[in-house]
Order: sequence, then structure tokens, then C-alpha cells
Amino acid sequence: MLQTTNLTRTFANGLTLRFPDWTVETGGQWLLTGESGSGKTTLLHMLGGLLKPSEGQVMVDVTDLYALPARALDRFRGQHIGIVFQQPHLIRSMTVEENLELAQSLAGVPRDMLRIREVLDVLDMDHKRRSYPQELSQGQAQRAGIARALVNRPALLLADEPTSSLDNRNADAVIRLLSDLAESQGSTLVISTHDDRVKEAFFKEFMLELRYERISNQLEKS
Amino acid sequence: MNAFQISWKNLKANRLTLALNLLLIAFGTGMLAMLLVGMRQVGERLRDNARGVDLVAGAKGSPLQLILSSIYFIDFPTGNISEENAHWLAVHPMVKKAVPLALGDNYAGFRIVGTDTGYVSLHALELAAGRFWTKPFEIVIGADVAQAQGVKVGDRIYGSHGLASDEDIHDDHAYTVTGILKKKGNAADNLVLTSLESVWEMHGAGGPREITCMLLQYRSRMAMVALPGLINRSTAMQAASPAKESARLFALIGVGVDAIRWFAVALMALAGVSVFVSLYDSLRERVYDLAVMRVMGASRGAIFAMILLEGTLLTILGSLAGILLGHGALHAIGHWQGSPQARVDGLVFLPEEGWLLVVSLLIGFVAALLPAIQAYRTDISETMSKI
Repeated sequence: MLQTTNLTRTFANGLTLRFPDWTVETGGQWLLTGESGSGKTTLLHMLGGLLKPSEGQVMVDVTDLYALPARALDRFRGQHIGIVFQQPHLIRSMTVEENLELAQSLAGVPRDMLRIREVLDVLDMDHKRRSYPQELSQGQAQRAGIARALVNRPALLLADEPTSSLDNRNADAVIRLLSDLAESQGSTLVISTHDDRVKEAFFKEFMLELRYERISNQLEKS
Repeated sequence: MNAFQISWKNLKANRLTLALNLLLIAFGTGMLAMLLVGMRQVGERLRDNARGVDLVAGAKGSPLQLILSSIYFIDFPTGNISEENAHWLAVHPMVKKAVPLALGDNYAGFRIVGTDTGYVSLHALELAAGRFWTKPFEIVIGADVAQAQGVKVGDRIYGSHGLASDEDIHDDHAYTVTGILKKKGNAADNLVLTSLESVWEMHGAGGPREITCMLLQYRSRMAMVALPGLINRSTAMQAASPAKESARLFALIGVGVDAIRWFAVALMALAGVSVFVSLYDSLRERVYDLAVMRVMGASRGAIFAMILLEGTLLTILGSLAGILLGHGALHAIGHWQGSPQARVDGLVFLPEEGWLLVVSLLIGFVAALLPAIQAYRTDISETMSKI
């Protein structure tokens, strides 16, 4: 379902990260762990179509993400990939409900209030659907962010350090929620984390520990 | 959720900034709309009142004053001219039509004008009720006079001496209202018309009979060249051209109008700068909003268009409000203004005002361009990596 080959990212300062090839089956749930600076976020962004790799390719089902024209990649991301960030980053000028509506309209899918109510209901956020982000608690905001990532029934759900700003109880709940929701929606799930609480809570055994190499340009030339 | 809704929600999120920008644009546009519509109407009214009058002959003095008093009934007359002089003009071969005017009295602030039927035909005045005067002390009143004073046909009214005051009432002679004029939208609405004889008899026909001025129409182009000079040189009268004097008047007002116009233009430019600063400033706190929208499927172009839409939406709304504001202010001025000769009407819209909208659209576009480019360049991955 998700397959990376020969992924490499070279940064402006000459730092190069090489990522091991990786295949994730449909419906699989993976944990992406590693030290800070090992490239978890970089890899996740490349999987999500947010960052073009310097080399290599990312296949989501039969689509080679970075072979798509920019506009088509944006649309593909909106429709098939849901991303949960460390901070929920809800649009502050819109209510929870409107944030989900925005996700539908930006992805170019028809407005579906029923689906919005359904997702909010599953996340126990239905009673807050008319609230603005600043009226939500941290945990509620994070759940609203998850609802927004899920509203278009993404084939691939990515979560980047989703628990780092949460307390123990909420962190545990969020991980369970992501896992359960991904399973019930039929989404493939990848969570990147350096949070030990997640490793303990996460009952799926698949883990990808990132190796990293620092190779300067000069070394590469010689 | 369409692009307009998204942009509008963004604008609404910062109410104070939105209000400030709307106010700035609305005031700039409002002043320009007011000037545009107001000056156009004043010019039209002034021209309308002077229609059919090529030249005014009256006592020597300021030509502008002569025009103001005899065409617009604003200023005081320059003095009187003798009946012989008036007659000389009336029968002069270069004069096609001559209308005598005798001023001096008022009724509740409305000027009583002694004249003949020539004034009626000059302005194509029509009656709403009654008939025109046939005997001395019969009067026909303008529509606004009738409305303001609640006078009907058959009523008897008293005039008073002078052009404005209520004192010194001529209570020995009452006028009888025989007719009320239809509203024409010019100076005649505010006049009380009667025969020359009424005015003469009112003031005792002791000495030589005098009138205030003669409104003249040229018989030929030749007259246009020769008559003014002839009157000025060989009579005790002066000749003044309404066209020339109102042009002079407009040039005088024009300095003030220009100053206000430039002020309004400066206000619009300032509004543009303010829109730019607001949008540019808001980008810093909205950088995550924009990145998240990209994550949700918005293209770079869509983000670019969204910021442009915000800028233009802001200026268009502001200038629409401004145009309404300008017309409202103009209507209020028209309602309370003291000089009915050039009353302005705020309910008239000009096609030229469309240009105000176009200009404000451009201002919004230009002001939003740089912020939009900035937003276009926002890198999603880089932004979202900063937590």
C-alpha cells in the first residue's frame, strides 16, 4: 500500500539523510521511532506529499506521489492522505465543524455534513462542533485535529508526534483512538514518535527504527 | 465552503483591523463619491437655472453679484435700472427676447419677483393649480413656497420689504394667490411671481419707475459680440454673462474642491497601505493556517488567490459602504441646505461611480499582491517542522 524506494533527502547545509526502503501493507499500523534529528519528520513529510525527496520515490497504492504535477499532488494529498500534527493547527477563524467542512472543500470532495457529524461523534466532539479552536482544551483541540484528518476517509493516516503536547492520560487515549479509528476506517496508519509512552501503549509490533548517516558533500565527492 | 466564505471568515477574525480598513476605504470613497455626484448636480442646477439667458443687464457693480441675484436669487441685486433703459433693451434689434425682473420684497423669506409672462415661457413654467396673474396684486407661487407655507389658491398673503426679513410688512396691500406652479427643480420653485405693476404699486408709484434687471436672449451671433460692449459703454447699465460668471464661480469653488479631492485620494492611498500592512502582518500568525490548508489539498495558486481575494473583498466592501455613505451625506446636506437653487439629491447614482469601485478593486489587488506572493512561497514542510 505504501512503498518507499531509495529515499534520500539532502538539506541546504549539505546534510544528507538516507532512508531504508520500506513497505507497508494495506491496513498496517506502524510506529516510526528514532532519535531527535534522525529524520522522522522528514520521512513523514515525504510520505505525506509535503516534501519532495532529493532522490527515490514514494508509492501510495499505485500512485507515484512525486511523479504527479504539483496541483494533482495537492489534490491527491487532500483526498487520500490525512495528517495529524504535533499541534492541531485548527484554523482559528472557523468553528470545529467549519474546519472539517474546509477539509472537504479544499480536497475537492462534496460537502457532507453527515460524515462530519459522524466523525465528530466518534471522537466525542459532536457537542463542541460550533466551538472555535480557542474555546477548546488541548485534548479537545487534538481530537478535532484528528477528526479533520479523518473526515475524507484517507487511505493513509500519518501522525507526527501526536502526543508530545499531551499529558499521560490524553496521550494514551489519543494513541488508542488513532489505532482504533484507522482500523475501523480501513486506513493505513503511520505514527512517528520519540515518546516512550507511545511505545508502551502501542500494541502493534511493527516498528521502524531509523538509521541515519551524516555524509558531507566533500566525503561524497571523494 | 467557497473561496468567498473562507476569505470573509479570515477577515472577520480580526474585527478591529477589518473595521479600521473598511472605515479608511469608506471615507476615501465616500468623499470622492460625494464630490463627484455633488459637483455634477450643482453644476447641472446652475446651468438649468441659466438656461435661455444669454446676458443679464442690470445696475453697474459686480457682474458675479448681478448673476447671482438675477439668475439664482442668492445675492442682493446691484441696484436698479430705469424703465427707459429697460425699454431701450426690450426693443433693441439685437435682442430676441427680454424679460424684466423687479426684486425688493419677500414673503416669509421667499423672494417676490415682479416680471411678465416672458419669465414663465423662459423656464417653461406650468401651473399645478389655479391660473396666472392678470391684475396687480395677484401672485403665482412656486411649489416649494406653497409646501413650506401651506398656501392654497385663493389665500391672501402679505409681503415684507427686503429680501429676507419678516419685518416691515406691507400690511396695506395683500396679495391674492391665483396659482401654484408645478415643481421644476430650479429657482422658480422658491419664488413668488407677480406683475411688475404689483411691485411698483406696492412701493408707491411716485418717482420714475424702475426695475432690477433684464434677462436677455441674443438675436444673432453678432449680438453676442457687440451687445455686451454696447451696454457697458453707452448706458448706465452693465452686462454680465451667466455662462462666464458661473464658470468664474466654479473656478473659485474649484480650489476648495480640489483640496478635498486630493485629501480623499490621500485617504484612499493610506487605506491601500493599511490593507497591505494588515495582510502582511496577519501572514505571520496565519502561516500555519496557510500551511494546513495546503496539507488539506489547497494548491499554491489557491492560497495566492485567497489572499488576493481578501484584499479586494476588503476594498470593494469598503468602497461600496463609502459610496452609500457619500450619498447619505449628500442627501442629508440636500435636506438641510439653505440654498434651494442648487439643492443636491443623494439618491441619484452616476455611472462614473463604477470607476470608484474599479479603482478600489485595483488598490485591494495591489495591496494584497506582495502578501499573496509571500503566502504562495510558503513551504509546507518547513512550516510544519517548526512544531
